[in-house]
Amino acid sequence: MAKGVWVFAEVKDGNVRKITFELLSQGRKMAQQLGEELVAVLLGSGVEGLTGRLAEYADKVFWADDPVLSPYTTDAYATVITNLLREHQPSIFLWGATVIGKDLSPRVATRLQTGLATDCTALSVGDDGVMVARRPVYAGKALVEVVCPVSRPQMASVRPNVLEVLPPDASRKGSIHKVEVKIDPASLRTAVIEVVKAAGAKVDLTEAEIIVSGGRGMKGAENFKILEELAEVLHATVGASRAAVDSGWRDHGDQVGQTGKVVTPNLYIACGISGAIQHLAGMGSSKVIVAINKDPEAPIFQKADYGIAEDLFKVVPILTEEFKKLLAES
Amino acid sequence: MNVIVCMKQVPDTETLIRVKPDGSGIVTEDIKYVMNPYCEFAVEEALRIREKFGGQSVLITMGPPRAVEALRTGLAMGADRAIHLNDPAFEGADGFTTAKALAEVIRKESYDLILCGKQAVDDDMAQVGQSLAELLNLPHVTLITKLEIFPDQKKARATREIEGGREVVEVTLPAVFTCQKGLNEPRYASLPGIMKAKKKEIKPINLAALGLPADQVGSAGAKIKIRKYSPPPSRAAGKMISGEVAEAARQLVKLLREEAKVV
Repeated sequence: MAKGVWVFAEVKDGNVRKITFELLSQGRKMAQQLGEELVAVLLGSGVEGLTGRLAEYADKVFWADDPVLSPYTTDAYATVITNLLREHQPSIFLWGATVIGKDLSPRVATRLQTGLATDCTALSVGDDGVMVARRPVYAGKALVEVVCPVSRPQMASVRPNVLEVLPPDASRKGSIHKVEVKIDPASLRTAVIEVVKAAGAKVDLTEAEIIVSGGRGMKGAENFKILEELAEVLHATVGASRAAVDSGWRDHGDQVGQTGKVVTPNLYIACGISGAIQHLAGMGSSKVIVAINKDPEAPIFQKADYGIAEDLFKVVPILTEEFKKLLAES
Repeated sequence: MNVIVCMKQVPDTETLIRVKPDGSGIVTEDIKYVMNPYCEFAVEEALRIREKFGGQSVLITMGPPRAVEALRTGLAMGADRAIHLNDPAFEGADGFTTAKALAEVIRKESYDLILCGKQAVDDDMAQVGQSLAELLNLPHVTLITKLEIFPDQKKARATREIEGGREVVEVTLPAVFTCQKGLNEPRYASLPGIMKAKKKEIKPINLAALGLPADQVGSAGAKIKIRKYSPPPSRAAGKMISGEVAEAARQLVKLLREEAKVV
């Protein structure tokens, strides 16, 4: 019978990503409930130093280290992971709903002929021992509860920032197991030939804890400077509405909404955004929403926890100064 | 270059989604359906590839009878012909059974590239492109914002969006690509295009024509089951901060620190 709660440990820029610890924290709760072990799977090149941190959370860490595993390619990762899963047959396998997680998880699920719930926002285990995944559909205009009743492992990818990271158990020392990799680099059908970092190499919108976003009310590309200044003080990422992107003021990768990114920051500050239904869908599950818009009738205020119906060009610079003072004090 | 575009008809993004009181699904009356916005990028890219290299562009969708309208839109944009997987048995498919049915049809076609949207904006699963690639034993590249094709070398070079930047990937053809906003600006169907589309072939394929057993398609073959739908949690009424601008801004900073505790 399938046993074990497994987590894909994702590495970025030489570190294990925060989403991995979010998944391990949630995975521990489910493993305890099921009476099964918690396992982390780490792939990369020169990643041995990262296994210890994972072993503070997991009962077992499988790690594969080979030049062929960096940079990420779908083929190499899918081969190593499906081989491990076929051998050990866990009951649950969790991924981060990151670019890599979303690229790889459907490939692996299909190879193993099992079910995958993507982009989930909550997980639990029912009395019948089956994992229940909660996920938004229609960009958050509705939610569904899904299960994978028969096939194993039950797979889910979970959005960054929605699960809590618990402190590791200092007394735990999971066992560490090296996995042999036998992949001919010539067999890989894709090759990464260049990686271009965005200017400023900011935190991606989907992972940002604070987002400062601008819409049609920004009136022009150059005015986003005041949002960037506020974002810098708050260590936030700048987002945009579709209106701002379609006007050519911001890059399409900055778009928040149903045809852009769906985000879940702790704090979302919407500046000059009226709140079209597609935008509200994309940011409506932020923990705290602030709206600044001179139109007091703007629909965004109905979603906002705090609203200021004033000219953003007056409010934002004052906010920047006030946050600067506050954060200098603390 | 023969290009296959897998596409889907979805509710217009303007749609207000209402959940049925018993949680069994959403209320579908009054919904206006459109081509999935990410599929528009895929159709447009297929047309550009044909304009540059020749060949055929073929649209495939799986969906109820109304989905034919989305195919018609793609044909009016300029695609050559379409295939419509339409059978009550296909209903309730998950990413796996959708990909399986599409793969079964695509195996009978000749193709160099398969283009999909990065996700459909209804169930937001973002699985079908990758699953389809696996079932057809092809490589895939997700989230592409630029695509160059080198027919002589049977290769393509795609730029894809990654966290905090982008990545350029080379891939052998045939391959599956999932399209992201930024790839192109989809054209509108012209009036002559709409007229011509009326004469283009839309081939219906039902369960018998597909040739898969009934328990391997639709909800019967799905690995994932939806237990229930619910509306998103409603947010408590917010606080409007009024008064003089500087004072309101200071008040907001204080509330975010002391009440919301997010800064």
